[in-house]
Amino acid sequence: MTKEIKVEKIKEGTVIDHISSGQALNVLRILGIAKDYPTTAVTVAMNVPSKKGGRKDIVKIEGRELKSDEVGKISLISPNATINIIRGGAVFRKKKVTLPERIEGVVRCSNPNCISNSEPVRTRFAVERKEPIKLRCFYCERVMVRSDITRQF
Amino acid sequence: MGKTVFAGRDIISIRDLEKEEIEHILRKAEEMEKGPAPLLRGRTLGLLFFEPSTRTRLSFEVAMKKLGGEVIGFSDARLTSVAKGESLIDTIKTVESYADMIVIRHIREGAARLAAEVSEKPIINAGDGPNQHPTQTLLDLFTIKKALGRLDIKVTLVGDLKYGRTVHSLVYALAMFDATISLVSPKGLEMPSEVLEDLKAMGAAIETSNELDISDTQALYVTRIQKERFPDPEEYEKVKGTYKITLGTLEGARKDLIILHPLPRVDEVSPEIDGTPYARYFDQVANGVPVRMAVLGLVAGVL
Ligand SMILES: [Zn+2]
Repeated sequence: MTKEIKVEKIKEGTVIDHISSGQALNVLRILGIAKDYPTTAVTVAMNVPSKKGGRKDIVKIEGRELKSDEVGKISLISPNATINIIRGGAVFRKKKVTLPERIEGVVRCSNPNCISNSEPVRTRFAVERKEPIKLRCFYCERVMVRSDITRQF
Repeated sequence: MGKTVFAGRDIISIRDLEKEEIEHILRKAEEMEKGPAPLLRGRTLGLLFFEPSTRTRLSFEVAMKKLGGEVIGFSDARLTSVAKGESLIDTIKTVESYADMIVIRHIREGAARLAAEVSEKPIINAGDGPNQHPTQTLLDLFTIKKALGRLDIKVTLVGDLKYGRTVHSLVYALAMFDATISLVSPKGLEMPSEVLEDLKAMGAAIETSNELDISDTQALYVTRIQKERFPDPEEYEKVKGTYKITLGTLEGARKDLIILHPLPRVDEVSPEIDGTPYARYFDQVANGVPVRMAVLGLVAGVL
């Protein structure tokens, strides 16, 4: 028997649902929660049963609405996540993250010898696989996987 | 294939070229071999060697001059404003006002791609760190085609397949031409898994081994194993001996076997091979010229 796990509702802020199981802490890292928002109340649920089958992680962030570039970052490590913006205790806006075909500027190339790490250029990657993610640098042609991405945050 | 397909185009990575386009370049190289014409008279090629490479620079220079063109540039970035901290972007912007085409070699991966993005003029990559060196791959293919008449053959690549720049783009191209690819390297210097993944996605026939068996191979491509790659010097000596190509190694080889090497070699191919019909590594050097003439002529839009 699976039981819905009750996570306390938030009044204002963001609920990130359907995070790939085990990736909640990487989501927090990518959003810089611990570093940049030390007083934000955050609730994390990991490996909870999903109604869609399988398991998922959930992150609730009180008092903070995610910006679109932050949503873009989440898509890199959890391409099926949904973002719920909560206002006045209700879902104000709900959207799925979308992983574009090309990623620009969000992450650095993990190859230290890549020209994008020594010249003033905006990084560019082609998304060659979505889950688990595989990016190819437009410049050095090297491949980056999830661990190369999360390590940067 | 019309003139417009290559005119003004950058040649950065073998990944940018379709099979038919490679075939077209090889055909043009064959034409170039028959006799050069002053097709590029009045044009200037910029040679920007941020990382020195006499061999590649000379080859491009000869190719351009055989086509009646001029060359400008530098062969050592330490002597230029680059040494004073000028960015690659600024250097390219400066040189492109003097040159019709630019050949670039740089220690950093992706440098040629960036140059192509910045420059209005065609950029030809002559090596970006350990990444790509497309004209080397083209001349390797040209050499095999010339010697054996075809590219869908069994090729064995032996040596440092992890760091060896030339082998990554070569296997990619060979896979395009349905070659059977055998990869032989010491433990720890195997072909990177991402390259293998790419090859498998292309449907390439690949085998990997730590032991060299040349019995049915038609082209043996030897690369240098660098001492620095081994933490244990004893291990290096052992490996070096195992992969050294001597007359003894070639017992049981096919009569039409060809041996290739991107050069410079240290001692992975014994000089006793040099006088045999197997040795084709000096042909590779010679073949670099018509192949680069073809690339320059195509990019310039005159072929
Ligand atoms: Zn890169």
